Amino acid sequence: MDMFMDGLANALTPENLLYAVIGVLLGTMVGVLPGIGPAMTLALLFPITYTVPVESALIMFAGIYYGGMYGGSTTSILLNTPGESSSVVTAIEGNQMAKRGRAAQALATAAIGSFIAGTIATALLVLFAPKVSSLVVGLGAPSYFAILLLALIAVSAVLGASKLRGFIALFLGLAIALVGSSTGQARLTFGSPLLADGIDVVVVAVAIFAIGEALWVAAHLRRRPLQVIPVGRPWMDRADWSRSWKPWLRGTAYGFPFGALPAGGAEVPTFLSYITERRLSKHPEEFGQGAIEGVAGPEAANNASAAGTMVPLLAIGLPTTATAAIMLNAIQSYGIQPGPQLFDNEPGLVWTLLASLFVANTLLLVLNLPLAPVWAKLLRVPRPYLYAGILFFASLGAYSVSFAAFDLALLFVLGFLGVAMRRFGLPVLPLIVGVILGPSLENQLTQALALSNGDVATLWSEPVAKVVYVVMALALVVLAVSAVRGRRASTEEKQEVSA
Amino acid sequence: MSAVVVAYSPDEYGETALAAGAAEAARRRLPLVVVNATRGDAYVDPHFADADTVADLRERFGDVEVLQDVVPDVGAEVVRVAEDRDAELVVVGIRHRSPVGKALMGSVSQRILLDATCPVLAVKPPS
Repeated sequence: MDMFMDGLANALTPENLLYAVIGVLLGTMVGVLPGIGPAMTLALLFPITYTVPVESALIMFAGIYYGGMYGGSTTSILLNTPGESSSVVTAIEGNQMAKRGRAAQALATAAIGSFIAGTIATALLVLFAPKVSSLVVGLGAPSYFAILLLALIAVSAVLGASKLRGFIALFLGLAIALVGSSTGQARLTFGSPLLADGIDVVVVAVAIFAIGEALWVAAHLRRRPLQVIPVGRPWMDRADWSRSWKPWLRGTAYGFPFGALPAGGAEVPTFLSYITERRLSKHPEEFGQGAIEGVAGPEAANNASAAGTMVPLLAIGLPTTATAAIMLNAIQSYGIQPGPQLFDNEPGLVWTLLASLFVANTLLLVLNLPLAPVWAKLLRVPRPYLYAGILFFASLGAYSVSFAAFDLALLFVLGFLGVAMRRFGLPVLPLIVGVILGPSLENQLTQALALSNGDVATLWSEPVAKVVYVVMALALVVLAVSAVRGRRASTEEKQEVSA
Repeated sequence: MSAVVVAYSPDEYGETALAAGAAEAARRRLPLVVVNATRGDAYVDPHFADADTVADLRERFGDVEVLQDVVPDVGAEVVRVAEDRDAELVVVGIRHRSPVGKALMGSVSQRILLDATCPVLAVKPPS
């Protein structure tokens, strides 16, 4: 507890508070704008890690992450277009509420629910992260290898409609991670000394998120404008409160554990929360017509999942979302390795970061409740202005990695890969996670095999590794069975149609 | 067939132009054509009329023709419609602009005034 108080005192210094304010404002802004999310923003802001101290940078990044989860709901409710993938479900009931003149209440339940869920989930994070970290501290290289493998398979197979597309993206990422001669042999360098140091993760992330998105938007520039529903200051009456508090708590209960799981993220828990609220509601007839429970639950779930994501990130060094993957890379760029030793080696950093999450959460509520109408105005900014700025910062960020013009060429090649992935529906997350986790996966494997003198059996010699492989095998069986069933069902349908 | 073309946006400038255009159309016994276009490069464009506003226009001005489109240049679209309909008159609402504002934002009215091949009536809302 003393450690936490020290952390809080550190998070509340004027400088760190300033970074938290910048973080939540930027995060809400990118959350409101569809197509621009916290992951892209973190990638673009990566150069600040060269000059800003590690605590301040992480406080700002955490503020952007929380703010992004929050801002997405404003767009979902007022425009019926989700600002973020985590707010897709919010649009269902939220926009219906807004169309019936209850936009202020929808925004209020989203904001207050996000605050409550974020606070509870951050408290859970403070309780659980050190415990998880002391559990994993005894794990050897074989167990780490198994956990990393499970994470890679999970992010590729669980999210998205197509498993094949997920794995294509994963292997693209792993292939990019292979480039270079870090192992002593030159791999995929095509004999070029420029590629000998490998491709920096920042260049990959900026290219895939920023350049890819900018070119994709440029290809679809003119669209019929949507109608934004005008709104005043968010508020709720007594009936709204009494209908909201249970969904907030249930949403938190879904969001936190799913955020902590590999491939959890915010999409699954928000969807589960929506289904649960629809089933439990005393006003089932209102669902589809603007039921406040359908906004309160999912919005609480997505903020809770952001806190849950921090558990594996800090305790194991395992990112479960694209934003967490870039945060991991940022921490590593300071020469700090997240994982079980982090709580012992860098207690000041960890507790400052955890305390700053509470600060960010409170700032979001205080700043954003009155500012909702202002955020909605952001949607009027013409896209060319927006993306010109993004392209500028993307080029700046990629160039500042090693001050090499070659990185700009790489940026464009990978940027076109990013457009192609969007065009063919490949998910971006497996690629980024593959690029970031690929080298650690290889490290753990070489370490394990070096200790056992090349005996492959060492990989399943630890109990944790065994459990993970069993889980993996079960998951693959379930996937295979559901795939066969799905195919059989669709062929039966076809036969019925032809008969 | 000739017409009176009004460059419309759902605000006081558009409404002033529409009132003047409707009066001119009645005086000249010509059909009234309302053009409302957007560049469509922002998620939300307050100058683009929603379905309710368009229905309201039709009610107020007796089944007036309303053309809505997403185009690269709103002013050019108004000029194009005017030429297409062989319009006798184009009506636009103009606003006060500071020199800086003029430099930053392209003006639809200016484009219409310079490019239209027929007379243009520029009206200001009562201050």
